[in-house]
Amino acid sequence: MNCIHVEFEVPGNNFLSAGSASDSVKSTLKKLGVPSSAVRRVAIAMYEAEINMVIHAGGGRCYADIFDDHIKIVMKDEGNGIENLELAMQEGYSTASDDVRNLGFGAGMGLPNIKTYSDRLKIDTEVGKGTTLTIEVDFD
Amino acid sequence: MKLAELAKILNAKIVNLPDPNAEAESGYCGDFLSFVMQRAPEKSAWFTVMTNVNVAAVASLTEVAVVVVCEGSKCDAALIDRVRTQNIALFETDSDIFGAVKAYVNGR
Repeated sequence: MNCIHVEFEVPGNNFLSAGSASDSVKSTLKKLGVPSSAVRRVAIAMYEAEINMVIHAGGGRCYADIFDDHIKIVMKDEGNGIENLELAMQEGYSTASDDVRNLGFGAGMGLPNIKTYSDRLKIDTEVGKGTTLTIEVDFD
Repeated sequence: MKLAELAKILNAKIVNLPDPNAEAESGYCGDFLSFVMQRAPEKSAWFTVMTNVNVAAVASLTEVAVVVVCEGSKCDAALIDRVRTQNIALFETDSDIFGAVKAYVNGR
């Protein structure tokens, strides 16, 4: 099975570069001929994860492995971790500041959107240590 | 509707228009970017009041045909730079969102 591996740094508190990792992966998937519906699901899930890293975790690192039939994305940060994962998964729940809301984020749809658009999602989080999301999206 | 025509009926300022003959096939209104990502159809006209650089990222990943910034809101310099770099169509109009959508729907 072929695999393309890419890695990205996601700088914290920098909205100017937020989205560059998801945009790059999206371009690669399009060049590989992945169906557009799958490309869109990957781009949305990854962008939401990037934004979460920027807003809540002071940045982090993103690793993506592109296989013939799916993509596996690992988003790893060393931020504060998620205190109440059950609440964080609820649509509309947000701990974002007013400043962040003024930018159009903080609708409480970040993690729910990632779950909706991925085929498999694993969240490892520990308060004070950080969070690792493993997102997989199938190409069919 | 062709984007050049949409700009005309909205009396909009064209901030960027890479292809005047590109078409908006539907529309979406929204400011919370997560909702936009979830719901804005490809090749749609996205009506919003958001003016920061993240609008470009969302427009790019959803592949909307054009961003229409309403209510006389002015785009940040970073957003203008980004839409020009990424070939994203973007207009500014003084119209409120309801008026802009009405003009678009009536003009189709």
